[in-house]
Amino acid sequence: MSGHVDMSHGAGGRAMARLIDTLFLKAFGSGGAPHDAATLDLPPGRVVVSTDGFVIAPLFFPGGDIGSLAVHGTVNDIAMGGAVPHALTAGFILEEGLPLADLNRIVTSMAQAARDAGVTIVAGDTKVVERGKGDGVFITTTGVGVVPAGVTIDPTSAQVGDAVIVSGTLGDHGVAVMAHREGLEFGTDLVSDACNLNGLVGAMLTKVPDIRVLRDPTRGGLAAALNEIAQASRVGIEINETALPLRPQVRGACELLGLDPLHVANEGKLVAICAPERAEALLSVMQAHDKGRDAAIIGHVIDDPSHFLRMVTPLGGTRMVDWIAGEQLPRIC
Amino acid sequence: MKYIDDFRDPDLAQGLARAIRAAVAPGRTYRFMEFCGGHTHAIARFGLEDLLPDSIRMIHGPGCPVCVLPVARVDAAIALATQHDVILCTYADLMRVPGSGFRSLTKARANGADIRMVYSVMDALAVARAHPDWQVVFFAIGFETTTPPTAVAVKQAAAEGLENFTVHCNHVLTPAAMRAILAGGTTQIDGFVGPSHVSAVIGTAPYDEFARDHGKPVVITGFEPLDVMQAVLHLVHQVNAGRCVVENQYARVVTAPGNAIAQALMAELFTLRDRFEWRGLGWVPNSALRLADAYAAFDAEARFALDLPRPTENKACACGDVLRGVKRPEDCGLYGDPCTPENPLGACMVSSEGACAADWTYGRFRRKAAG
Repeated sequence: MSGHVDMSHGAGGRAMARLIDTLFLKAFGSGGAPHDAATLDLPPGRVVVSTDGFVIAPLFFPGGDIGSLAVHGTVNDIAMGGAVPHALTAGFILEEGLPLADLNRIVTSMAQAARDAGVTIVAGDTKVVERGKGDGVFITTTGVGVVPAGVTIDPTSAQVGDAVIVSGTLGDHGVAVMAHREGLEFGTDLVSDACNLNGLVGAMLTKVPDIRVLRDPTRGGLAAALNEIAQASRVGIEINETALPLRPQVRGACELLGLDPLHVANEGKLVAICAPERAEALLSVMQAHDKGRDAAIIGHVIDDPSHFLRMVTPLGGTRMVDWIAGEQLPRIC
Repeated sequence: MKYIDDFRDPDLAQGLARAIRAAVAPGRTYRFMEFCGGHTHAIARFGLEDLLPDSIRMIHGPGCPVCVLPVARVDAAIALATQHDVILCTYADLMRVPGSGFRSLTKARANGADIRMVYSVMDALAVARAHPDWQVVFFAIGFETTTPPTAVAVKQAAAEGLENFTVHCNHVLTPAAMRAILAGGTTQIDGFVGPSHVSAVIGTAPYDEFARDHGKPVVITGFEPLDVMQAVLHLVHQVNAGRCVVENQYARVVTAPGNAIAQALMAELFTLRDRFEWRGLGWVPNSALRLADAYAAFDAEARFALDLPRPTENKACACGDVLRGVKRPEDCGLYGDPCTPENPLGACMVSSEGACAADWTYGRFRRKAAG
């Protein structure tokens, strides 16, 4: 596919219709009758809806691209509600001048990611903005899922004594993208962890349906996810630094740049909180799943009227783990 | 990770903690100032307070480059970026430091100024090469650690004839600050945890005066937690024995003469200022550098006239006292409410090496527990 996005691709005329037919519908399939809206037949149960915007730069990064990310992000948000994701809608804001080959690559990758996650992309929208008014392409996806009977995931339900489990290594996405974007060479083959987590969540809930809290630690990293849970459940959380799964490349990059891996974004990891007596069963089902092989119990919920997240360091001291303040500022000496 | 995990070994840390507990004399209090923000950060990040006995009090020193920059110099950075058609390049920590009237480089950038965060002064040189029609100013801050790289960049710019590149020089000197703290007389200090990277440049001799003339032991040490623990142990031993010498615990990096090439570059490119204003320490004689006359063409202070506001500081902000070790962060009336890393009113709450930011980010659960 050659050529570039021009203003006519968003003008509602033939050029737009052709773009939709030859690119979007070809990749996503035509979801039945040509309405302006999609009609869904959902199984019984509580419906979960989530929406997310994607503005990542660069559009293509080691381990993924903005298209697959836009699917994984929303699929995972739905899965964190304990729901089985069924369908997505996608809104595209294209910048004039975007190579159509890039758009095709993004849309193809999106379609593949949707197939892998078992969801269909049922409706969409395309707008074009003038050159310089966007950054290639922005994508917004909205997803719908249904919570199976017997499952209640509730971010306010963590209880003192509960176990805190992460599904794998932390910080891979943020460090991979940052290194790629800034041209930082760490001599590594680190790739983003971006992937769907609904399969893993399904396996976890089948074995341990009474998981209390699920969260995917994306922006703000594990620190933000656990601080949010502590606040919502009005508890404290204590984690153990030596238990955190971290790739050596991520540790090294964070040391070098003065970043805390607990603040770095993940796009294919989750944190689960469950009753302590269910922790080993949950851990084993996670470790048996392809996307949870490196899962680890990293801490537990404690009584703390200040609702702080704290961490025992390898040296035996304790420190707080706060939300990140502003941007991550590298140290200068 | 080799060379990282070795200096964070839990068993060795516990062994050092036991040795320190065994060494402290009953009924005696030990007040040690860690000069560098890097040490302050390490102590907070690794929870070392929990490993030290109550009789040892670590006093956070002024070794945080953005913390000691006075309001007037922050105002100058903002004025440079807003009053002239320049691209201002700066290390990221400076972006959020409040100047007069709650202004900051972050706000100036949001208002349209071209301000770029760089990891290295060499990135600023690259910006200058890429934008030959623009004046590019590197706002140079830091102690002897970041000074030699600035020297290299200016030399490089001179060699290339890069006429659109200048440096706004705010480089300051560590021994002068230590001298000022001791001369102030308001901070009780039994010894210094001495700078690590600074000492790699300047060597060990500049600290002799503090041991010899002021009776303060100095143990130069690295930024890893085991380094800090070992330095504390050595300081306790010196205090107990009534000894005052400069010890180099950081021998894997620091040599007695220091880095001769870096020192020669600094001597060639820079001249000592008669005096320089420091946040917290006031005007300190012979405490900072400006570009040498031979390189005056690269001096932004000479090239750009600035209309500066009368510097106004937040009267309630205790950064000055915190930087001298007179107050702890939590003694400041603004600490935590409203001053936080998200909404910093004082410089010590901005940089991760600032005493207030380190305490708020890593240690405030202790204040809550105690209070």
